[in-house]
Amino acid sequence: MLEVVITIGIMLVKMVIVLSVVMLMVAYVTLMERRVLGRMQVRHGPNRVGWQGLLQPIADGTKLFFKEELTVDKANKGLYHLAPVIYMGCALAIYAVIPFGNEIEVLGRVIPLHIADINIGILYVFALSSLGVYGLVLAGWSSNNKYSMLGGLRAAAQMISYELPLGLSIIGVLMLTGSLSMVDIVNAQEHVWFVFLQPFGFLLYLICAFAEVGRTPFDLVECDNEIVAGYQTEYSSMKFAIFYLGEYMHIIAVSAIAVTLFWGGWRGPFLPPVVWFIGKVLAFVFFFIWVRATYPRFRYDQLMRFGWKVLLPLTLLNIVVTALVTLII
Amino acid sequence: MPSDYFPVFVFLLIAVGFPVMIIALSSIVGPRKPSPEKLMPYECGVDPIGSARKRLSVKFYIVAMLFVVFDIEAIFLYPWAVIFKDLGVFGVVEMGLFIVILFVGLIYAWKKGVLEWE
Repeated sequence: MLEVVITIGIMLVKMVIVLSVVMLMVAYVTLMERRVLGRMQVRHGPNRVGWQGLLQPIADGTKLFFKEELTVDKANKGLYHLAPVIYMGCALAIYAVIPFGNEIEVLGRVIPLHIADINIGILYVFALSSLGVYGLVLAGWSSNNKYSMLGGLRAAAQMISYELPLGLSIIGVLMLTGSLSMVDIVNAQEHVWFVFLQPFGFLLYLICAFAEVGRTPFDLVECDNEIVAGYQTEYSSMKFAIFYLGEYMHIIAVSAIAVTLFWGGWRGPFLPPVVWFIGKVLAFVFFFIWVRATYPRFRYDQLMRFGWKVLLPLTLLNIVVTALVTLII
Repeated sequence: MPSDYFPVFVFLLIAVGFPVMIIALSSIVGPRKPSPEKLMPYECGVDPIGSARKRLSVKFYIVAMLFVVFDIEAIFLYPWAVIFKDLGVFGVVEMGLFIVILFVGLIYAWKKGVLEWE
């Protein structure tokens, strides 16, 4: 009996820690994005609230929290309120299967540093990231606004088009590992990281990940100068904040998956595993911001053509080549 | 093991409960002074024209249908990739045939102009 209580207690403590760390990272990644973008455009970015602007996310959050909540006229009420919950819920739930460190020993008890190690880890992640699309489509459709509607439609078509190459680009990793569990995949990279065995697969994954989270150069979902803000045009107050935070949560999630699948997860010399993991994830987030500051946006027909006519055949080719090479060696 | 999934379900509940909680708290403490102008759908400041729920381009439906076909292929590749090493040459040839057949399907859709968005 005591054993069960302690197990559940450890589980809950881990969940609270993961939730807090993710929220903290999301909050400060928003600041990081604004500061880095500012620096790349030769300006300062927010640096007034607290030392170097470090209290800016807290000020923003508090402001949005106390704002008036508007529900647009003739909106589809239920779906309108549900959409942000789906969007953020899916982004957050992905963190359940990501191993963020090795086992640690506390008071003679071995605690693995992941919330759950399920044998379909990868499938769970992709299922959730597909469900996240519902959040955007429902937000767009229920808002009774033309811009939202267009944003939602674009989101649906873009995400399902890029989900195929995204799912297929990691097949190579699965072929090398022979398991769908995230923990097994990290363990399989003890000697050599998969980015060196699957450089092409990693590149394809990275491109699709940009499209999947709707970031520049694939940010047609909320492209400001065509359709105002896309699906989130009619959202205000905390619901807007949830879409905003959910986007960064998705970015951190796809970065964490990239790190787990291709960059050895928490593995690295000298420093503790958790530090390595968070460091690698932040490096990816920095890359996302860097790309945003560097590249212009695709046109919609270019986006669809690139996804179906270039990425999909290339991912299939990657699988075939990996299969043949593995067979010969 | 089924018990492995217990933490996942608990975390799913937390993941859904967290946004629900902050939305609810914010809507309690936030002010509420609605007016017809505030509740109007945003259309760059002018009164909205017509309904937002118009008919959509058929392209979106066709892309969705293509997606279903190819996503089944992707899902089929996952279990194959896991036991790929045990299957050996037989598995590679079988999956090669499967991929070729689907690729022919993609080329057919391509030539029919489904993937053109101009």
